[in-house]
Amino acid sequence: MARNITYREAINEALAQEMERDPTVIVMGEDNAGGEGSPGEMDAWGGVLGVTKGLYHKFPGRVLDTPISESAFIGAAIGAATAGLRPVAELMFVDFMGVCFDQIYNQAAKFRYMFGGKAVTPVVIRTMYGAGLRAAAQHSQCLYPLFTHVPGLKVVLPSTPYDAKGLMTQAIRDNDPVIFFEHKALYDMSGPVPEESYALPFGEANVVREGGDVTIVALGRMVHTSLDAAGQLAAQGVECEVVDLRTTSPLDEDTVLESVEGTGRLVVVDESHPRCNIATDISALVARKAFGALQAPIEMVTAPHTPVPFSNALEDLYIPDAQRVVNAVKTVSGWTR
Amino acid sequence: MTDTVERKALTREHLLDAYRMMRTIREFEERVHAEFATGEIPGFVHLYAGEEASAVGVCSNLDDRDTIASTHRGHGHCIARGVDVGEMMAEIYGRKTGSCHGKGGSMHIADLSKGMLGANGIVGGGPPLICGTALAAKIKGTGGVSVAFFGDGGSNQGTTLESMNLASVWNLPAIFVAENNGYAETTSSTWSVASDNIADRAAGFGMPGVIVDGFDFFAVHEAASEAIARAREGGGPTLIEMKFTRYFGHFEGDQQTYRAGEVEHARAELDCLRRFADRVTETGELSRADLDAVDAEVAALIDRAVDEAKTAPLPTEADLLTDVYVRY
Amino acid sequence: MDPLTDDRIVPVTMPKWGLSMQLGKITTWIVEEGDEISVGDDLADIETEKINGTLEAAHAGTVRRIIARVGEDVPVSGTIALLAPAAVTDEELDAAVLEARAVIDAGVPDDAGGAPELQTADVGGRKISYAGAGTDGDVILLVHGYGGDRNSWLFLQEPLAVKYRVYALDLPGHGTSSKDVGDGSIGVLADAVTGVLDALGADRAHLVGHSMGGAVALAVAAAAPGRIASLTLIAPAGFGPEINVGYLRGFADAQSRRELKPVVVRLFADESLVTRQLVDDLLAYKRLDGVDQALHALLGALLDGDAQRADAAASLAAIGGAVPVTVVWGRADQIIPAAQAESVPGAVRHVIDGAGHMPHMERPAEVQAAVEETLTRAT
Repeated sequence: MARNITYREAINEALAQEMERDPTVIVMGEDNAGGEGSPGEMDAWGGVLGVTKGLYHKFPGRVLDTPISESAFIGAAIGAATAGLRPVAELMFVDFMGVCFDQIYNQAAKFRYMFGGKAVTPVVIRTMYGAGLRAAAQHSQCLYPLFTHVPGLKVVLPSTPYDAKGLMTQAIRDNDPVIFFEHKALYDMSGPVPEESYALPFGEANVVREGGDVTIVALGRMVHTSLDAAGQLAAQGVECEVVDLRTTSPLDEDTVLESVEGTGRLVVVDESHPRCNIATDISALVARKAFGALQAPIEMVTAPHTPVPFSNALEDLYIPDAQRVVNAVKTVSGWTR
Repeated sequence: MTDTVERKALTREHLLDAYRMMRTIREFEERVHAEFATGEIPGFVHLYAGEEASAVGVCSNLDDRDTIASTHRGHGHCIARGVDVGEMMAEIYGRKTGSCHGKGGSMHIADLSKGMLGANGIVGGGPPLICGTALAAKIKGTGGVSVAFFGDGGSNQGTTLESMNLASVWNLPAIFVAENNGYAETTSSTWSVASDNIADRAAGFGMPGVIVDGFDFFAVHEAASEAIARAREGGGPTLIEMKFTRYFGHFEGDQQTYRAGEVEHARAELDCLRRFADRVTETGELSRADLDAVDAEVAALIDRAVDEAKTAPLPTEADLLTDVYVRY
Repeated sequence: MDPLTDDRIVPVTMPKWGLSMQLGKITTWIVEEGDEISVGDDLADIETEKINGTLEAAHAGTVRRIIARVGEDVPVSGTIALLAPAAVTDEELDAAVLEARAVIDAGVPDDAGGAPELQTADVGGRKISYAGAGTDGDVILLVHGYGGDRNSWLFLQEPLAVKYRVYALDLPGHGTSSKDVGDGSIGVLADAVTGVLDALGADRAHLVGHSMGGAVALAVAAAAPGRIASLTLIAPAGFGPEINVGYLRGFADAQSRRELKPVVVRLFADESLVTRQLVDDLLAYKRLDGVDQALHALLGALLDGDAQRADAAASLAAIGGAVPVTVVWGRADQIIPAAQAESVPGAVRHVIDGAGHMPHMERPAEVQAAVEETLTRAT
């Protein structure tokens, strides 16, 4: 039965159902239960924004709070994955990747290749990303391009509760290291989610809106921004096709290319910084493989080349909004040589 | 230094195995040293000669429930865990028949089937991983222990310090082995480690710390056996500091101008193989003939390994793209 | 006179397709003001949350006013157009239009009922879901086909519920019922149907079964002919060896939208009914844990090599004339050939033009008429 639950609840449900099904799944992270060693209650938080709430009591011994030692516990999750467990470790904010990135990109990502195919590292690292909560420069970044760049990692960014549950289920069942990006501004988003377990495959983009005039490729929260823009544009007679990438590694190139073959015009909407991001990656892909279909240069809508500002006035200017997407679509629709 | 007079009695088989392991490591490293000079071996190698007693003294206490992680100076730990010597040599030569099919090289030799989670090109890369394998053993209830080998340089890396704290906080069956050979590349450990001994840090992380003469197999074996027993029984982690020296440079090609004669002294007076041989022949546990026979076998093994490695096929373009993922 | 109770003016209303539908949107008007229409003529293409469909005329007459605009949301039962003879004046029509517009502009009332509550029964350890509409009259139980679910009946359930108590279940392996199908045999599915009848407290019921669901309905009747008042079989399985195995295997094996869509279009005479939403919903169903296994187990039971395994004609003959039987088939059925209708002994036959394997979705008014006719033959 598909009932409406939030993005947060959908992730929690995926974790709970997989932990029920598979005793090797464990969860760890800072305050993932909350209260360890403290005089009050255990499971005080269930994660800083409540995503892992309830799991501590439901699965005794399998939800571990950690000290603030990312390199140690992210590395431990990775080591435990090589030794027969399926850990889901939380890197609380992706902005903290700096203190543990070696374990992710030099160890987990490379074991299988460096060891000649003999290692299996089924670890999931969940992490929060994205701006919009006025959390400022060190708690609001996207950074998924850095992980996408690394061979050996898989990078997943659900945009809806339905996708969040299905992709988390797949991430846990997957035998490769998966970095699972949760947009903090989407946790309260509600949507239909089946009660039963299901897994969505990686490398499958989702055409969330069909249209013949312009292709908008987006990911994460920007999918919703793009749908807003598409609604406004439809009223003006421009029909946009919105493609939600869902996973940047592996990437569903075919769906992007097919869409552009149909529309001839592309706008890519990516909340991350403009240099070497997913927008540039998609733009290069399309320019190389669908050049003949393009009727206009590609437009990218991204954050500016700045850290994320604090003041609401500035952060609202920083985050790409529907108006900017509308403007970009109009630019490509109206373009003539 | 621990008193090395008293020791547990080891069987003749154990003693022969220990000698064989140490001799294999020594001959392997001496041979790689010679071959590297010809320019045929690609990349970097970091040799373990001189330190054999540490790897073998610790690993001879382990069984197939256990896991170790090593450093860039990993050949000794690999051999001590039973990784195939021929495959190791082929890996160093970048051959398809190597332990990692030529894709890892000297610094990344691993064999998970033997509980060897790899040599590691990142200083301090191993300790967090070992917290993980120890956690897995604890959760699965296997009774297994995990050992992180790291150097005096690695003992200062944040990852190592975090891991020791985590292992104590989670009460993990882990052993931290700091192989203090006096140098992190060219930098002396007496300068880079702020406390007098690395083992002094143990108390700061809530675990026992032990200092061991790293040239003395029996001392190492004893200390390791106690730490491993403690871990297996749920008593948590231990920090063991080996004090010794490495016979070669940081990497092959290092002119070692920062050293001042301690290698010659060590080879002459402190060498672990000579001391082991002297001890066991003196007590009559093994004969000179026993040891000579092992020497001959090992020499032949290494010769064969090198000959095969030199003629083994290289990986091809088809191998370049494989094994990045289980399934992409 | 109240314009909308003037019975010379016949309102065309937004239909209720499916128990949860609250709003529909005209995407194309097929008729124009001034057109003369007959019963069954296509009037407009309508898009809902769940599906797109074409509204067929329930009455004949002259289209005098088109009220609902293309692209606007109209609540179910809202008046979207008016038919009236020439004698009705423009003033009278304008007044009717105003009233109708007020309803559309008001939107869906807050206390509008949503879907009737989903119920479940435990049948032999399997949870079986079902939902019902209608409060009077005989019990009708609708049994969907392979890969379908209770929503397959979305064009039929509400209209029938005007006069009957109409239920639709999710068979094991489908919808929100348990995905455990045991050995995948028709018997397992038939037990689920019987279990729902028990849960409803229905000593007697009419069964309508589609495709594999037709074979299931027949099995239920064969096991307990006294319990089943009538059988309406829509393109039922089991009446001949021929079946489109490419479709069945393709459906079971498809892993992506790209693989599934070309398979699913074969169900319909009009491919445009296969919207993205329909394919997405099917894909979401196929991705539920246990479905893949269930679909393959069912295939194993349904097929013997490349042919149908079951011999439904024999079961039907065993019932004798005890239960009135109607068979409905779309002439353009690409899954099970319509010619097999001839092999259903003692049945009243309706073969419908312009429909494929899903006539209850493509030509619901005609299927509804066939079902109601069957019911009149029941005693």
